[in-house]
Amino acid sequence: MIKKLTFSALSALAISASGALAAGGEGHIEDFDFSFEGPFGTYDQNQLQRGLKVYTEVCSACHGLKFVPLRTLADEGGPHLPEDQVRAYAEQFDVYDPEIDDFRSGTPTDFFPSSALENAPDLSLMAKARAGFHGPMGTGINQLVKGIGGAEYIASLLTGYTGEEKEEYGSIFYENTAFPGGWIAMSQPLYGEDVEFDDGHDNSLHNEAEDVAAFLMWAAEPKMMARQRAGFVGVTFLIVLSVLLYLTNKRLWAGVKGKKND
Amino acid sequence: MSGIPHDHYEPKTGGEKWLHKRLPVVGLLYDTLMIPTPKNLNWMWIWGIILTFCLGLQIVTGIILAMHYTPHVDLAFASVEHIMRNVNGGHMIRYFHANGASLFFIAVYAHIFRGLYYGSYKAPREVTWIIGMLIYLCMMGTAFMGYVLPWGQMSFWGATVITGLFGAIPFIGESLQTWLLGGPAVDNATLNRFFSLHYLLPFVIAGLVAVHIWAFHTTGNNNPTGVEVRRTSKADAAKDTVPFWPYYVIKDVFALAVILAVFMAIVGFMPNYLGHPDNYIEANPLATPAHIVPEWYFLPFYAILRAFTADVWVVQFASWITGGIIDAKFFGVLAMFGAIIAMALAPWLDTSSVRSGRYRPMFKWWFVLLVIDFFALMWLGAMPAEEPFASFSLIASAYWFGYFFVILPLLGVIEKPLATPATIEDDFNAHYGKGGTDASSTPAE
Repeated sequence: MIKKLTFSALSALAISASGALAAGGEGHIEDFDFSFEGPFGTYDQNQLQRGLKVYTEVCSACHGLKFVPLRTLADEGGPHLPEDQVRAYAEQFDVYDPEIDDFRSGTPTDFFPSSALENAPDLSLMAKARAGFHGPMGTGINQLVKGIGGAEYIASLLTGYTGEEKEEYGSIFYENTAFPGGWIAMSQPLYGEDVEFDDGHDNSLHNEAEDVAAFLMWAAEPKMMARQRAGFVGVTFLIVLSVLLYLTNKRLWAGVKGKKND
Repeated sequence: MSGIPHDHYEPKTGGEKWLHKRLPVVGLLYDTLMIPTPKNLNWMWIWGIILTFCLGLQIVTGIILAMHYTPHVDLAFASVEHIMRNVNGGHMIRYFHANGASLFFIAVYAHIFRGLYYGSYKAPREVTWIIGMLIYLCMMGTAFMGYVLPWGQMSFWGATVITGLFGAIPFIGESLQTWLLGGPAVDNATLNRFFSLHYLLPFVIAGLVAVHIWAFHTTGNNNPTGVEVRRTSKADAAKDTVPFWPYYVIKDVFALAVILAVFMAIVGFMPNYLGHPDNYIEANPLATPAHIVPEWYFLPFYAILRAFTADVWVVQFASWITGGIIDAKFFGVLAMFGAIIAMALAPWLDTSSVRSGRYRPMFKWWFVLLVIDFFALMWLGAMPAEEPFASFSLIASAYWFGYFFVILPLLGVIEKPLATPATIEDDFNAHYGKGGTDASSTPAE
């Protein structure tokens, strides 16, 4: 009964909560098959490392990741780079240090730089700031198995260029099937074979887009695996506790309720 | 404390007697915990405990979050990311807090509709009901200000839209809005005072909760029959009731565990489900989001706010009769607050002599329609302000007011209620059969 009530309450509010997101001229989001989807999904360490490479060699020319500390590249459940590689990676950045009032080379305790281009949005939270999935029927329930679809949005955007361009008020816009409204100010960043992967992984446009989207999902939600583990432990514990309390409650009330005669 | 006759606390040892003479705190706790409670309460009576738990959860997680959060327009968004990335367990605590607000509102709506169906608002429980409505208002204020603190796009624009409502009040509106915001627009001063009030209001709620409990411990709980516990003697009262401990404590804690299992699954596996993705974009006063949508728990009242546009005849009539003082915007604000006031007035609008909806054949269906209406409004609040949603919103809003101001008063006159059971014991035995022990004398092993 409670479960039924809770579920109906939840699903009812879900209809309204996500119905809001579904409104508006959304673009087409392709359903990529990511390893981190669903309650038991995990980040693919190799994929995150490949995505980092795409980000570093292509995206970071304009975009930043100002909320992501460099040291987290070594985190388990993340790209899990060896410490010396993280240190080497950090050293490529020039960081302004107010204590010495000068620039110095970066260390793992610094953050990724912010966007180099003023109009390029920071990508730290992009995978959570866009939602690709609202179904079925606008309830968004499928987020339980698919995630909110931010990574799918990014990958669809990167593979969604049609090659058409138009000029409006002196700016050039590029047609994109995933972008809301259909025209985006960012020119096509990836064409395929832009990056050589160290693990020899195929560097087609589809793979590059998928890998960098996975990396940005990790950048936005670095504690996902720890959170899902906590969720799993918590749900299991609470189900066991519920069963025990159910039995306790039944036993407790048995005396008060008496025997049913019919 | 209770009007129902039962055994009170007797200090036994020397130490207990010593303390009881000076501060009867143990007696207060004992009498609160052992309060005689109708033994026929169903599963809709669990929400009070869920709500108390939610308040505790929000206060504890909130205090921890406040240790790491910075209420400044340049630092707030980054400090939330600091909590999500660097603070030990910070991501869990923040997701508990954010989703805890939703659990809080699911529980409060279930609790309110329980009260509306079983007539818990009726005499002598009007004060409990009014205090409950005050708690609900404080909850809405707290939740609204809390949503502003992460300083994302929805935080900023939600705050701009909602505080703009105060600007619709004639004559004093604009000065009032400026005073509330601490400036001409939502800015650092607004964020600071919202943080301060967001920290304060939960403790106001805690105080109101204590009075809420005190009030219904004085009148005794309502129950699904709406029939009062017999107070003629301790023995009679004991036939209708069981002590709160252990019977309802265990039952409620069981319900809490089941609900928390669902809650934990949402926090663990889809924590951003109920949030809006735009709130992961830092607030930008220069870029308005495509759709500004409040959190789900405000949507029914948001739909009522938007329903009364300038082309609706009641709005035109109000504008004409007041010489233009009440325009469409102000009318919407009045309707939104009016919808909550209508609920608060239920004890005086309901004229029926029968308390519980169980014995009111016509009321039942109007009530079911009210619940459907509430969810319809919730859905409409999330839809864009265009046809056909605008017309639907107007019809749904009209029903909300119609239920309280027309149907409730009329039903008492025209409805022929069914016979109610003579006692709670009769109802309980009809359901579970005779032969149960008298629980107050011998709690089960």
